[in-house]
Amino acid sequence: MIVERPADLRRKKILAHGFLIIFLVLILFPFLVVVSISFREGNFATGSIWPSNPTLEHWYLALGLNYTRANGTVVTPPYPVLLWMWNSIKIGVIAGVGVLALSTISAYAFSRIRIRGKAVLLDSLFLIQMFPTTLALVAIYAIFDALGAVTPVMGLDSHVALIAIYLSAVTLHIWTIKGYFDSIDTALDKAAAIDGATPWQTFRYIFLPLAVPIMSVVFVLAFIGFVNDYPIASVLIRSEANMTLAVGSRLYLNEFRYLWGNFAAAAILSGLPITVVFLIAQRYLVSGLSDGAVKG
Amino acid sequence: MTASVDLAHKDKDQVPRLAAVPRLVGVGIVTLGLLFGAFYLYMLAQPLFGAILLALAVGVAIVFGTNRFYGARFIFPGVAAVLIFIAFPVIYTIYLGFTNYSSFNLLTYERAVSVLTARGTVDPETEQPFAVARDDDGYRIWMPEAGLLSEPVTLDAPAEAELTPGDSPIDLLTPRDAVALRSGLQALVLTTPDGRELRNSGLRTFATVTPDFIRIDEDSLLRTADDVTLTADHGRGFFVTPEGATVPPGWRVNIGFGNFERVFNSRGIRGPMVSIFIWTLIFATASVVLTFAVGLTLAVILQWEHLRFKSLYRILLILPYAVPAFISILVFRGLFNQNFGEINLILNALFGISPTWFTDGTLARVMLLIVNTWLGYPYMMLLAMGFLQSVPADHKKAAALEGASSARVFFTITLPQIIPPFLPLLIAAFAFNFNNLVLVLLLTQGLPDIPGTVIPAGQTDILASFTYRMAFNDSSQQFGLAGAITLLIFVVVAAISYLNFVAMRRAANRRAGRV
Repeated sequence: MIVERPADLRRKKILAHGFLIIFLVLILFPFLVVVSISFREGNFATGSIWPSNPTLEHWYLALGLNYTRANGTVVTPPYPVLLWMWNSIKIGVIAGVGVLALSTISAYAFSRIRIRGKAVLLDSLFLIQMFPTTLALVAIYAIFDALGAVTPVMGLDSHVALIAIYLSAVTLHIWTIKGYFDSIDTALDKAAAIDGATPWQTFRYIFLPLAVPIMSVVFVLAFIGFVNDYPIASVLIRSEANMTLAVGSRLYLNEFRYLWGNFAAAAILSGLPITVVFLIAQRYLVSGLSDGAVKG
Repeated sequence: MTASVDLAHKDKDQVPRLAAVPRLVGVGIVTLGLLFGAFYLYMLAQPLFGAILLALAVGVAIVFGTNRFYGARFIFPGVAAVLIFIAFPVIYTIYLGFTNYSSFNLLTYERAVSVLTARGTVDPETEQPFAVARDDDGYRIWMPEAGLLSEPVTLDAPAEAELTPGDSPIDLLTPRDAVALRSGLQALVLTTPDGRELRNSGLRTFATVTPDFIRIDEDSLLRTADDVTLTADHGRGFFVTPEGATVPPGWRVNIGFGNFERVFNSRGIRGPMVSIFIWTLIFATASVVLTFAVGLTLAVILQWEHLRFKSLYRILLILPYAVPAFISILVFRGLFNQNFGEINLILNALFGISPTWFTDGTLARVMLLIVNTWLGYPYMMLLAMGFLQSVPADHKKAAALEGASSARVFFTITLPQIIPPFLPLLIAAFAFNFNNLVLVLLLTQGLPDIPGTVIPAGQTDILASFTYRMAFNDSSQQFGLAGAITLLIFVVVAAISYLNFVAMRRAANRRAGRV
């Protein structure tokens, strides 16, 4: 290693730590403020980071409970945050399972099965995945508006419709799983074939058990993607009871009804679980992302 | 169909395979279900969706019913999902770009005609209450003021009935039960003994209703108010008077390149669109450059071997990426609030300024970039940390021994080595930000508006949010025009996509060459 003078090294260390700490204070400032606001009184209140009169009012309301103030007035929750959370989780899990099933089996096919025109299919898949579904919003609205006239189950303001269109996320995840399957030794499927396994049996009994780790990562990624979706859900979902978190949270900061304090508590309550899940999965996520993009 | 194809196949094989029977039954049931759905959609005047289900049914039957396409079975579900959920909406958007679909032209022709002919003017003089009485095999309508009773009616289809003087029936329905029969009542025409026609004019009343429009023949309506004949203009999707004035509601028609002509010729649209397009490019470029620069800087510092607490820094630094974007964007919306947002409070306390983040166009753009850099740098940092590790340490050492400063080492040795593998990811990030709808919709909604435009267009609008607002936030809901502009976005995205494809190929070849 290159030898540096101890004094220089210490100066550099102080610089690096100082820079990182100042940067972190700036970056994490919004989180600190939001936590502080969620305990402040009222919805416009300003004050120090440490609230002078801490109150749990916003937290009661976020949890869907009535809150009785000191002077006896009862405040009712403005929005059903827990219901939105349930909607988000339900839609995210169902669509996540659907995407996982579709992308795992497609990834296996693209990685292992010999099909005529596979290279062309893969190239077109790569090109088509660059078109985000959010660009086709007008068509999605028109399609489900028309289908709603046939059956409300597939119409606007229906979770089934939302889940169906979320299945379009398969293109993103096929790459991640395919990259993983590509790294599995082909000797494994040859051995299975010699033992008389059909491609389906090879998939079911060899590849599927091996793919459990990458599948759980893809599921978490897909789930977070669906929970975070705003454009599609905002176009398809109309009634307050059917909203997902992403669509509903928007209502808090309306110009005419500005609920900054209530929003802060609801945001922490709903954001925290997703953040924790993400932090656990992020290690795998990054390798998956760069692998998927480079391996092709 | 499925079964016969497969039986023929089996005979050829000469080996009866009982194991295939459950599968064939399953495929048969699925195929029949899809075919029924296709037929049902076709009957309900949705032939396009019917055709898609039909194609799906044929695909399922061929791929899963026969043994020839065994391999395709694995690829079929994914390809079908991509075709139905991505390719079809994209193509349908392009198709809508060639129509006049909007809130004025929402309906089909027949629906528009029936909406117009259902309109009527109620003569208040003749308005009178009614009651419904149960009869042996239907209902009778009782008009208490005139003492008239109708013939028995079933109230399940459009009908006409004569009113004759009679006595009040005993078995009158309650008003609530009568309301439940409303749709039948609305399709009923009662004729009084003196020949006047009465129609349902409210929840509780019947009256003489003069229809505003009477259909004369297939393509013309008579407007009763001034005896003007309206003709259907199938090129524009409206009924028009002889003078050329349109009568809403219209219907959806194909208008060819009409929307594109509007985009390129109408100054009120073209002007804002050009400035929005330029801003979209600036926004996407600046976002990629800023997030890349910040992320790479942090990654370089975190890679330094003398630094302690690396993993703690790392986890804190990626927090902005871990928190759901819709929450952090809304948090920033509150923090940047001009009147009581915390950012302005601090700026005011320190420097005595309080910038108007949401009403000044330039400041709003700066705010958008600040928030997007905050959101996006951790992703770049994580990627950069991975790529930095692959730069051979001895290159750096050799340069340092030659007396190069660490900045020089970074720019001449490290950066040139990590840019090529980074390129496809940077292009993808550019494409993502080019269409970063969530950020714009949740933070500024495109505001402040550009003055003097025909359609809502804001100074922070990117193309995607511009079309979103045109279609969903504006009362005229110009889906057709939004579709046309989306086609232009598609062209740009396709170009980026192709660029990315080439860059990815190069990166893959480079890797292959190195290995």
